[in-house]
Amino acid sequence: MKSGPGARRALLIRGATTIAVVGVLCWLPQQYGPTETTLYAEALFIAVAAMGLNLLTGYNGQVSIGHGAFFGLGAYATGILMLDHGWPFLATLPVAAVLAAVVGAAVGFPALRVKGLYLALITLGLAALFPALVNKFVKSTGGTSLVQLYRVRPKPPEWASSFAAAEDQWRYYVTLVVAGVLFALMVNLVRGRFGRALVAVREHEAAAETLGINLARVKVSAFAISALYAGVAGSLAALVRLQANAGQIEVFQQSIIFLVAVVIGGTATTLGPVVGAFVVVLLQDHTADLIKDEPTLSPALFGITLILLMYVLPDGLVGGCRRLFRRIRGRMHAGSATDSAPT
Amino acid sequence: MTLLSVTALAGGYGPVKVLHGLDFEVAHGEIVVILGANGAGKTTTLRALSGMIPSDGEIVFDGEDVTGRKPQVLARRGVAHVPQGRGTIDELTVEENLRVGAWTRRDSDVAADVDRWFEVFPHLADRRTQQAGSMSGGEQQMLAIARGLMSRPRLLLLDEPSLGLAPIITQELFAQLGDLNRELDTAMLIVEQNAGLALRLASRGYVLETGRIVAQGAATELEGNEDVRRAYLGL
Repeated sequence: MKSGPGARRALLIRGATTIAVVGVLCWLPQQYGPTETTLYAEALFIAVAAMGLNLLTGYNGQVSIGHGAFFGLGAYATGILMLDHGWPFLATLPVAAVLAAVVGAAVGFPALRVKGLYLALITLGLAALFPALVNKFVKSTGGTSLVQLYRVRPKPPEWASSFAAAEDQWRYYVTLVVAGVLFALMVNLVRGRFGRALVAVREHEAAAETLGINLARVKVSAFAISALYAGVAGSLAALVRLQANAGQIEVFQQSIIFLVAVVIGGTATTLGPVVGAFVVVLLQDHTADLIKDEPTLSPALFGITLILLMYVLPDGLVGGCRRLFRRIRGRMHAGSATDSAPT
Repeated sequence: MTLLSVTALAGGYGPVKVLHGLDFEVAHGEIVVILGANGAGKTTTLRALSGMIPSDGEIVFDGEDVTGRKPQVLARRGVAHVPQGRGTIDELTVEENLRVGAWTRRDSDVAADVDRWFEVFPHLADRRTQQAGSMSGGEQQMLAIARGLMSRPRLLLLDEPSLGLAPIITQELFAQLGDLNRELDTAMLIVEQNAGLALRLASRGYVLETGRIVAQGAATELEGNEDVRRAYLGL
């Protein structure tokens, strides 16, 4: 009785929010020009990578600062298949996903033996190793490891001309659909059986094991799925940026951006990584030209904003909002409890 | 019929040996208590049984040698361990804790079982969507036991279920355990410091002292044993 209307209202709020968010995301490229549209597409693929990292780090407690490597792997898989083998973009997507997942599982196995800072260090090594491997084995036409996709970039199809006539719009919508599907899958995953096992393993390994949970299988699966998301994100990045690149600094920076998006948005929340990705990308973009002619100050401004955000909302934007929402609801309950009988 | 039969069980933590050759058994549907002072090796015994620490000797569960098997294997065979300090997952809600307790099951009765334990423990039903970590110690203990039962175990290992509970809650809990045993025929091996209460629930008991069994017998017998009374019942 008591939970009936409350639950229905929560469902209604959730449904309305979903429709509003999807609506805004679909409308963005109609409103803005190519620069902004590409920026939002960037936020979308970073959101995909952050979702994956959130599964591993947020839900399962395995810290990785090497996801830029899986991201790069996905980007190169798509880049090379499109450029050298003439594959259409969508066909490269599953290859990038599977490749990243396999490598993710391979990294997940040795990661079973370490945790915390040590695991962070191992994944950092991965981020350092990847560019070196790429530079050694990938030789593009220009003699560098940079794969340019401008020549083979996909054109918007005829049927989409009413809403995605421009190429940047088409790339945005492709990214949006892939991100949307992966988001729905992720929500299902973390709310279900596997999600509960992930949290149980994070919180209490010994207890999880006595419940019959195979620790190794759960942890390696988390690593593989998480890498798969990063790989798909990299594949989308190749589409949006029309290039695949793996500089030492870029891979490292990318890894950190994913982690920042997860933490800013709220670890172990479904919406957190998405919110975090948009905040990080937009914040970085807006602080970049805030101070004219002072390029060194912009990153500092970005950093200060991040520090302030973490200070005000230690459990991230989504976590903080949830806390606020609970407090308001608690106060409303306390208010109504005075005129109804105590339970 | 013997469900669990343990022979010459030895084990400990690294070079520190805590158990020095224990022999004991639990029959199908029986409640057995292990008594002993702090440091006697009670918790270590349960840990060795559920595979959480390496052990020597022989552990036969339901006719199968399970010595040295991993905890997850024992969980699948039907042993549920409710560890000391409960081991509930703080960050999961009460209902999620119960569902994760059914990890080893693939049948479709899980939801029905969740409802069932909410009926048995109405305190938990009120807190269905609350995070387990936000509940009182007594409620968490109830949750830990209910979660252990979610796997439909044939043997429930309970490590100091009364620890940190108010006496009235402890009595309620033990009454519940008795009811569950009668109803489900779940065998229980209970480690307890509250010897009086535990002996009233159990049919048989063992007294552990520095890793050795120093006394054993029917619960009523142990309750009457002068040495046991002096040492463990404080009478």
